[in-house]
Amino acid sequence: MSWKLIIEIAQALMLARMKQTLIAAIGVTFSITMFVSLLGFMNGLNTLLDGLILNRTPHVRFYNQIKPNPNQPIDQVIDPESTWNVIRSIKPSNSRLSIYNSESIIKTLEGDSRVKGISTKVSAQVFYNVGSIDLNGLVNGINPEKETELFFFDDYVTTGNPLDLNQSNSIILGKGVADRILADIGDVIQVTTAQGSQLRLKVVGYYQSGLADFDNVNSFASISTVQKMLGESNSYLTDIQVKLWDFNGAPEFANDYRDIFGIEADDIQTVNAQFETGSSIRSLISYAVGITLLVVSGFGIYNILNMMIYEKLDTIAILKAIGFNSSDVKRIFISIALTIGILGGAIGLILGYVTCLGIDQVPFETEALPTVKTFPVDYNPKYYSIGGIFSVITTYLAGYFPARKASGVDPVDIIRGK
Amino acid sequence: MTNPKPVLEARNIDKYFYNPKKVQVLKKVNFVINRGEFVSVVGKSGCGKSTLLYILSTMDTDYDGELLIDEESISGKPQNQLARLRNEKIGFVFQFHYLLNEFSVLENVLIPGLKLGKYSREELEHRAMEKLKIFEMEDHALKKANQLSGGQKQRVAVARALINDPLIIMGDEPTGNLDKKNSDIVFEEFKKLAKEFGQTMLIVTHDPEFAEGTDRTIEMEDGRVI
Repeated sequence: MSWKLIIEIAQALMLARMKQTLIAAIGVTFSITMFVSLLGFMNGLNTLLDGLILNRTPHVRFYNQIKPNPNQPIDQVIDPESTWNVIRSIKPSNSRLSIYNSESIIKTLEGDSRVKGISTKVSAQVFYNVGSIDLNGLVNGINPEKETELFFFDDYVTTGNPLDLNQSNSIILGKGVADRILADIGDVIQVTTAQGSQLRLKVVGYYQSGLADFDNVNSFASISTVQKMLGESNSYLTDIQVKLWDFNGAPEFANDYRDIFGIEADDIQTVNAQFETGSSIRSLISYAVGITLLVVSGFGIYNILNMMIYEKLDTIAILKAIGFNSSDVKRIFISIALTIGILGGAIGLILGYVTCLGIDQVPFETEALPTVKTFPVDYNPKYYSIGGIFSVITTYLAGYFPARKASGVDPVDIIRGK
Repeated sequence: MTNPKPVLEARNIDKYFYNPKKVQVLKKVNFVINRGEFVSVVGKSGCGKSTLLYILSTMDTDYDGELLIDEESISGKPQNQLARLRNEKIGFVFQFHYLLNEFSVLENVLIPGLKLGKYSREELEHRAMEKLKIFEMEDHALKKANQLSGGQKQRVAVARALINDPLIIMGDEPTGNLDKKNSDIVFEEFKKLAKEFGQTMLIVTHDPEFAEGTDRTIEMEDGRVI
């Protein structure tokens, strides 16, 4: 059976009821526009909020924790399986914060195909000395190139250039720290380490993450500067941060290496579980709203097609009398529904994209998010394909039932009835 | 008329209406229509002649007995096959013309041909114009169906019935809704079809004048052929 004829007839029926067809299509257009822009906006926000934490959090972090030695001497003499050893006042052993044999660990990690990149870190507890006042703080020794590549460090350096850290004895201060010690760019500040050594550092930039507590304490310097500050050799590293290609593999990755290296390995899911939950709930809500809109427009199409069928009973009867069978009639009405769905949906996708572009222009400036100037929008093609597919599915379903009714029309009833 | 080959044959057709109570509307209807015959069915209103026509046209399948079209039994065949058969072998003319108002006159004539798919569109357009010419409707080919007068619509409906060169044309009171003048025009056209083209036709009518002009008249009364 030629589809050409069916489509021609469907087209003629639609043109005869242009206004209703348009209204149905506008319904679909509106809902798809809303669906796409809502999801784009919602997920833009999600990405932004998640990015606040997740972007700069390593997928897996290896470090040494100060803790009591799990193998106490008495357990080696008296088997703890058969007896009950009670030891009071166990103190943590004098273990180092630095990672043993860090070079070979890095080599092993670099050989793993799941790893996207590795960035090492030395952190040091310090006091920022301002006149007679000492402010508590933490200086992170980092490799600015690696940190920028893997954790978007430069996004959070609001003033100054992260690469200036490569000059020795330079520091990028957390915005909170800088505000409190009144340090301008180019000023030299003094820090004292927990071990008592003092160092003068030149301020080359400000760092603002958007999390005030973090910015009030943390500052950044190069690895070698911090090693020098601590009086340690250049193999002294306290953290190895790993970014994976697929961050969902982080728990497994951490488990694989935790025991091999004999050090702590934290994965991002364990550390930041609440962010995942938040974003998935937000996406769920926006999908629910979007799909509701589509279903409502589906009912619109259903109504309009039903009306059309009542008006066109004569036409259906005559088509059947001259040799169109039930499935031809059904195809005609489904073609009408799908045309409305596809045209309305396509225009909706375009308008949705335009709306997203519009939202993207709305100013959105906040202290907490230094890099964000306008509302964030996610242009992921996924939402467009979901919107497109759903518009076709809902209009198909909305068309199917009226079409089935039309195909069941008995021509004799209509022709005799006149 | 020299060819006695049967086109349509009804064997013992019974038909009941069940609503509101069981009534037998057709009682053992038997007849044969041969190729080239111009037959009219007459009878009082309510005698079952329209009902019979709907059964003969394969649109109504709820009957007892056997119906043969082109020497082939079509009773109990699936709807899709019947639709195909209607498209290919039967042309219809209804009392209320029943053109598709969404389409032009030419398209109305074309649609059954396009549905059959035997000829290309260009060829069908040519054939449709030929058919319209028989009824002098070719000047109106591009008008919308609802711009025509009743008589003109009925002439287009006859042209449409002819497009697939059907075995038989069935008419349900084709002049019933027309004034005298138009009715005469349409009647003349039917006669022309019978004479010049040897077209087999079965026309239900209550117009005795119309019936007189046909080759054979089947008279019905109370569900029976008399």
